[in-house]
Amino acid sequence: MASTAVAEAPRPAGIRFGRAARRYGWTVAVYALFALLMVITIAIKPDYGSFEWNTLTLAALPLAFAAVAQTIVVLSGGIDLSVGPLMALANVLALRAMLGHDLNYSLVVALIVLLEVTLAGALNGAIIVVTRVPDIVITLATSFIWAGLALLVLAKPTPGIPLDFQNLAQGSTFSPWVPNALLVLLVIPLVWIPLRRSRAGLAIYAVGSDRNAAFRSGVNLGWSRLLAYAVCGFFAACGGLALSMTTGVGTPLAGTYYTLSGVSAIVLGGVSLAGGRGGMLGPVAAAYILSLIPAVLIYLGIDPNYGQMIQGVLIVIVVMIGGLGVVLRRA
Amino acid sequence: MSVRVVSAVRLVQQRSIVVLIGLLVALAGLIEIIRPGAVNASWVSNILEFAAPLGILAAGQTLVVITGGIDLSVANVATAAAYIMASQAPYGVTRAIVAGLLVGVVVGLVNGVGVAVFRVQPLIMTLAMGLVVTGSLNVYSQAAIRSVPGVPAVVHTLGSGTVLGYVPVSLFLWAPLAVLLILGLRGTGFGRLLYALGDNLEATRLAGVRAWQVLLANYAACGLLSAVAGLVLSGTVNAADLSLATVLLLPSVAAVVIGGTSIFGGSGSYSGTIVGALILTVLNSVLTLLDVPDAVKQVLYGAIIVILAAAYTRVLGHD
Repeated sequence: MASTAVAEAPRPAGIRFGRAARRYGWTVAVYALFALLMVITIAIKPDYGSFEWNTLTLAALPLAFAAVAQTIVVLSGGIDLSVGPLMALANVLALRAMLGHDLNYSLVVALIVLLEVTLAGALNGAIIVVTRVPDIVITLATSFIWAGLALLVLAKPTPGIPLDFQNLAQGSTFSPWVPNALLVLLVIPLVWIPLRRSRAGLAIYAVGSDRNAAFRSGVNLGWSRLLAYAVCGFFAACGGLALSMTTGVGTPLAGTYYTLSGVSAIVLGGVSLAGGRGGMLGPVAAAYILSLIPAVLIYLGIDPNYGQMIQGVLIVIVVMIGGLGVVLRRA
Repeated sequence: MSVRVVSAVRLVQQRSIVVLIGLLVALAGLIEIIRPGAVNASWVSNILEFAAPLGILAAGQTLVVITGGIDLSVANVATAAAYIMASQAPYGVTRAIVAGLLVGVVVGLVNGVGVAVFRVQPLIMTLAMGLVVTGSLNVYSQAAIRSVPGVPAVVHTLGSGTVLGYVPVSLFLWAPLAVLLILGLRGTGFGRLLYALGDNLEATRLAGVRAWQVLLANYAACGLLSAVAGLVLSGTVNAADLSLATVLLLPSVAAVVIGGTSIFGGSGSYSGTIVGALILTVLNSVLTLLDVPDAVKQVLYGAIIVILAAAYTRVLGHD
């Protein structure tokens, strides 16, 4: 009893502030960077209005889901290099089944696609847990499988997602500054907050933070990792459906871009690749930053081909600053 | 478990390369069954020719994986090296080849600085550098409005020529490289340091090794080997487009893993990787022979790598 009383005693404000700064500092910095970029954008393009904001939210939506999908696996101490192909698979499955149907039918299809791709993600996890082959090897290999399946479902990019279904993410039902694409993001907290507060969510953090300690505390390592990959599959499916809504097209080759950019977004978003540390707020903001860069380049009249290069350079700089911090703290 | 099974398992664990070669022979046998008479001297020559770029690319990957890292920029570097070599070809072949190889060394050095000095995770560093390389290459190809000329004759010969009818010219580059790497990893101080770093970075550092210098040199070597692989590949397919080596990224990692190098670092060999690269190339040839659509081929390829890696980890399971 005495120990709990001590633990509950109010800590000095300094320590509390330091802890909060360490815990949320990076996330706040990412949002500050995003705000700064927005200010710069508006300075460059004074007539930046709700239309441009809408375009940005549309571009960032699939990437935000890709980043969130990757985050959950990385939190569990793994990595999933098949997020992009999983998204492509969801995207083409949706197109094949929805073509020429109405909204209600499309919604049922969307639910089935969510289930299918969640299972595909769970299969990733199951193979990794059962075979004990390193996750990076398995997901690189399965990325070929999912991409191949996507090509089997749909040989080439085809338009035809029902307009009513597209309108779930396009346009703005409530206010021009609150586009639907922003509201669709609410799926993330709806799934993530209950999960994070549950035993299973805590177990995912524990497994990613220290596998041995988690095992000795009675966490079922296999199931926790499997769950992380399954949730990753779910969010990848959301990303694929988001791609369907925002573009109206089924594209079997969308994969590679979203795998790489998703990893970029979580690094920028402050999720530790070592596992066990980070949240969802940072990666979502990072997805917005990465989507804003090509737009800014266009406003500046620079060839958008520089976008990929700048994205890479930005990540190199960010991770180097992060690494420098570690080196200096040790010295 | 009977004594015989135990000793068989032990043999597999100690001489895994024997099993791999057995697998290679079995795959060749499969081809012979599917199409009798297909396995002949020109088939072997073909396999070696197509395995050479992958083998050299996987050589760099092996070096990095032994230190406990991974290089996801090898395919981008190979593509960029080949493209820049082709675009510089009008100014002289020597200059073109040097320019191509320089791309590899520079990217490798930057990777090395990130990983060794700034302690960035290799996966992220090389992934980001891959983006930078591909992005820069896109910009470069847009800026160079003139269409990229073909691959110079020397490189074309290097990639697809044969001597005495059957011996691929690229083998004269690959074989010495392989001998150098196998002996170098086993017998030189630098080679032993790579294993030591992969096994325990902190312990090696505390033992007085300047870890960052070794890692830096190692990533530069990986970049150089990737560039060489890119040049050979452009000679093999006689073209240097913007997605030349992209398809080789997964195989380069898979060849290393199938070849028995631990992805966590500290153990493995280049001889295993060579057999891994040959297995993957023969596998590709089997799938081509079966005449299945590309999409199915891709699915099967991924599935077989999963099965191979799983079987391998099961048999050798060093937990």
